[in-house]
Amino acid sequence: MSGDVLLQIEDLHATAAGNEILKGLDLTLRAGEVHAIMGPNGSGKSTLANVLAGRPSVEVTAGKILYGGRNLVEMPPEERAREGIFLAFQYPVEIPGVTNMYFLKTALNAVRRHQGKEEFDAMDFLTLARQKMKLVEMDEKMMSRAINEGFSGGEKKRNEVLQMAILEPRLAILDETDSGLDIDALKIVSNGVNSLRSPERSMLVITHYQRLLDYIVPDRVHVLAGGRIVRSGAKELARELEAQGYAWIEGGAEAR
Amino acid sequence: MSKDPREHYLAGFDRFAAQERANDPAWLRAARKDAIQRFGEAGFPTTKLEDWRYTNLAPLARTPFELAAPDPARLTRSEIERLSFPVFACSVFVFVNGRFVPELSAPRALSGGIQVGSLAAVLPRLGGLVDEHLGSLARPEGEPLVALNTAFFTDGVFVHVPAGETIEAPIHVVYLSVAQSRPTISHPRTLVVAGPGSRATVIEDFVSLGEGSALTNAVAEVVLGDGAILEHVTLQREHEDAAHLATLRVRQERDSRYRGHAISLGGSLTRNDVVALLDGTGADCELNGFYVASGAQHVDNHTTIDHARPHGTSREYYKGVLQDRAHGVFAGKIVVRPDAQKTSAQQTNKNLLLSADAEIDSKPQLEIFADDVKCSHGSTIGQIDEDALFYLRARGIELGAARALLMRAFAAEITARIGVAPLRERIDELLLARLTRAQPEAA
Repeated sequence: MSGDVLLQIEDLHATAAGNEILKGLDLTLRAGEVHAIMGPNGSGKSTLANVLAGRPSVEVTAGKILYGGRNLVEMPPEERAREGIFLAFQYPVEIPGVTNMYFLKTALNAVRRHQGKEEFDAMDFLTLARQKMKLVEMDEKMMSRAINEGFSGGEKKRNEVLQMAILEPRLAILDETDSGLDIDALKIVSNGVNSLRSPERSMLVITHYQRLLDYIVPDRVHVLAGGRIVRSGAKELARELEAQGYAWIEGGAEAR
Repeated sequence: MSKDPREHYLAGFDRFAAQERANDPAWLRAARKDAIQRFGEAGFPTTKLEDWRYTNLAPLARTPFELAAPDPARLTRSEIERLSFPVFACSVFVFVNGRFVPELSAPRALSGGIQVGSLAAVLPRLGGLVDEHLGSLARPEGEPLVALNTAFFTDGVFVHVPAGETIEAPIHVVYLSVAQSRPTISHPRTLVVAGPGSRATVIEDFVSLGEGSALTNAVAEVVLGDGAILEHVTLQREHEDAAHLATLRVRQERDSRYRGHAISLGGSLTRNDVVALLDGTGADCELNGFYVASGAQHVDNHTTIDHARPHGTSREYYKGVLQDRAHGVFAGKIVVRPDAQKTSAQQTNKNLLLSADAEIDSKPQLEIFADDVKCSHGSTIGQIDEDALFYLRARGIELGAARALLMRAFAAEITARIGVAPLRERIDELLLARLTRAQPEAA
């Protein structure tokens, strides 16, 4: 792996609702790499995703997050997004009264403005959106519907990947994008994600199950337990976890 | 307190009646005289009255407002175009400080005996229709603001759609208040007579130009004949130094359909007082309202839907966003009289409260005297959904814009009911601009 370091997390401690969830997490991600974060429920996977995206209810109490060399901790979420951080939500939010089209155009233009690029008008945006929708086999009708309103679980996740395709982030964090998907939807979503892999784009794929990693094959696998990375390895580590379950990891984490 | 605030208007009336209104028809002179007497007896409403408990007019009553002079600013057509709805072809009628200004207006050709224009121009001529309806619904008895308007109004729009006729292009009435060096008052008066089976869309648009203390005391009367269909938008976007008092009275005959949209965006103090009387079998009434108030703005919507005949339907949807120290009032009364069997009435009032100091008093009131009816009401108060806000921000949309977007989404349920699409879109834009300004004040 030869890319520059994109994300450097050192001794990160974070609390949510007054509970310390991340307890000294270290992680280094280079440009172009795809890392998987696996771990049992309650290990802090989603907290990690949210702390990177800047969710206000998660508070960093100690440690550092450097993104492209810049301190991320004080940066508001919208600025992180414009700097190329993208969180594919585990539970995408339904927002009645705002169409998907308007939302995505507004988001893309916010990012483009920040990057000093010309904004897209409605026609240019529609052309782009049509092309990206093919990646996730999404019906064009979804664009005129309210954001995620009445979408099935699979449609919501596809909508997340569509947003990622349109916003073209440098760092994509996929928070349990596989949860609630049947095998067909999982394949569509994974194909969409894989088509977005590039030497300029890094990904953090957070999942409870090894299944997703059969489709999105990571460069590294980390095991998160008790708010820390307790093991890291090559992609084979995922299979090992699948075979043995998380119990030994949790036990091991206690022992360390 | 040096003197009774009423004296200012009583003295002003004698001058006004003698110098400016000597040529009014006899019936109108009598009506004005009766009205000023009633105002003199009652004075401005006080918070001791149940209907005015939450809205204090005392500071306005103490201010010696003078009748606004006609067109002091010498406006140009381009200044008006900025305010109008250029996206589609309206007939535009501009009133400045309560007087029609033909040079600023752009009426479209009308057919079939349809009349739209200045009320002042038809007052002396069209005795029959105007004196039959003017003052028939907005009565000065027990209504001091109506009384004051009746005594002092100089002009307003008059719309008459004869039986079976349709006005295709929406009628956009701009009531422009131009601020002057001293506090001024204007009394726009609207009369809409929609004949049986007629159709029309009327937009009353209240705008201020320039800063300065001003009071608009508007009265509108709307009469719908059998089967008439009227869509009526009242858009209030006055300056934040201006107070806006608006009285609307609607009477619906058999199978007529009235759809009203009251959008309140400006004004230091706003009071919309609406009474819709469903006076014919099968009448259908929809009242929609949306209000945005920030800073120290006060916005009060008082509505009464009076079901007097059987098989009537009413739907009432009011929503509002209140920020900072703003105060909102919603009082929605539904009356179902003994004759009004098979009435179906629904009312909802939903509010977003964006700060701890903002306040809403939401008061539904049902008075049901018939037994075979379906009536419901509901009222909610909520905050911006933090998860939705984070979702938008996580896509690069800045906090202020994300909040405005969610507030507009909240408003969409109301604006979606505006039937004329280009009008709906323009109002959506105005709302988004207003909501973008309605951000928390810096601590």
